[in-house]
Amino acid sequence: MSRWRIARLVAGKDLRIERRSRVLTNQVLPFAGVTMVMFAFALDASNVLERVAPGLIWLATLFSMLVLVQRSFAIESDDGALDALRVAGVDPVAIYWGKSIALAVQLAALEIVLLIAAVLLYGAEVPLGGIVLLATTLVTATCGLACVGTLYGGLTAGFTGRETLLPLLVLPVVAPVLIGATRAVESALGTDGVALSEGWPWIGLLAVFAVAFGAGGALAFGPLIEEAT
Amino acid sequence: MTAATTPTTAPVEPALRVRSSGTMATRTLGIATIVTMGWLVAFGLGFSPADRDQRDAVRILYMHVPTAWLAYLAFVVTAVSSAMYLFGKKHSLGFDRVAGASAEIGVVFMALTLVTGMLWGKLTWGVYWQWDARLTTTALLFVSYIGYLAVRGLGGTHDQRAKRSAVIGLLAVIEIPLVHFSVRMWRSLHQEASVLDSDGDVDMDGLMLFSLFVGVVAFTLLYVWLLLHRSRVIAMEDLLDDQGLDRALDQRRAEFL
Repeated sequence: MSRWRIARLVAGKDLRIERRSRVLTNQVLPFAGVTMVMFAFALDASNVLERVAPGLIWLATLFSMLVLVQRSFAIESDDGALDALRVAGVDPVAIYWGKSIALAVQLAALEIVLLIAAVLLYGAEVPLGGIVLLATTLVTATCGLACVGTLYGGLTAGFTGRETLLPLLVLPVVAPVLIGATRAVESALGTDGVALSEGWPWIGLLAVFAVAFGAGGALAFGPLIEEAT
Repeated sequence: MTAATTPTTAPVEPALRVRSSGTMATRTLGIATIVTMGWLVAFGLGFSPADRDQRDAVRILYMHVPTAWLAYLAFVVTAVSSAMYLFGKKHSLGFDRVAGASAEIGVVFMALTLVTGMLWGKLTWGVYWQWDARLTTTALLFVSYIGYLAVRGLGGTHDQRAKRSAVIGLLAVIEIPLVHFSVRMWRSLHQEASVLDSDGDVDMDGLMLFSLFVGVVAFTLLYVWLLLHRSRVIAMEDLLDDQGLDRALDQRRAEFL
């Protein structure tokens, strides 16, 4: 079986588990929604909210991503499923790709909901001209986040204390995504009069990030899950 | 009582008798470190002149610059020894210990860099912190290596620890340039060219430059001295992990015989 096909099977498995357990829709999305409401309490004035809306969308995404990554590896380590996959001789690179794809799909769903929440709650407006930039940002940033999340999730899978260690490891690494994606969304939405053309250089950064961690993760994931017992 | 049980009460292996991580070389190095540190104090606080603009605040730089430089060197050493462990044929744990020891020292030096830099910033800029690209990268790097040390503390066998932390140590090589680049891009797009240059003076007085040089030598010696001791202590800890329980069991068994 080709690597790509295995990856699709792993992704399909993760998404099927997700569809049946409904953790994303019943727990993670409400959590992200509460975060958005909490931001509004903390920042109070509505004109401030509109200005910082792009940053808040990505902050809420990062926090919810931590929950999603924990979940993604809890389903593997709880019943020794990861060990079973390894014993069955499944290519670790394919597992990495598969789990990254599944995580990316869930993150994308999350980001769309958060974007809608920002429009409804913070009064952010999406101009028609910015939609292409917005969609490109969502796709590239999501790929980068999914690659990093899966990599560090695999690293901490199966260890006691992983819940506390994961944020410490992941947040400094994804700082470039937070910076880049926030600036790109700012210019897509025209927040504070930022021009549309200013957003595109950030897409370059996000793409480099996704490719670098995608490649690094595919190389490192095998050795890492061999050790995690 | 029988002849068969006597070997268990035999003297322990010589390795476990090691009581100190010091050798002739480290003692000499330690003395050299103390002497150059004394020089640094004399030159930094005494002989070197106060700066025209920064006045006595400039003296902080004799510590700030060397610790910053050595923290970065320490992280490079961590990355290189991680690679040596991971790609070496023997997967020698010695490289892992050097990587871990170097990261620990790097974190301490980077903390010193941040503290001295903030004090200097308060005196010269009037604020402790500026969202300058270099400062922000350094802070993120500091947190990343605290994460690295946390990964080392996860437990498991020595080989598990070594492999896991070596991967993290190498991922930092991807991470650092990306973080640095993104933070620079962030500041350059959103802030006018900053007049605040964390370098301090470019044209330095000769005596100031010499004091800085003494500082770099002193802290380099300190780094090497700490690295040697710390990696040996980690080796001793590992040995204790491996043999300590057996030895305790043997002792206990001997009491009953």
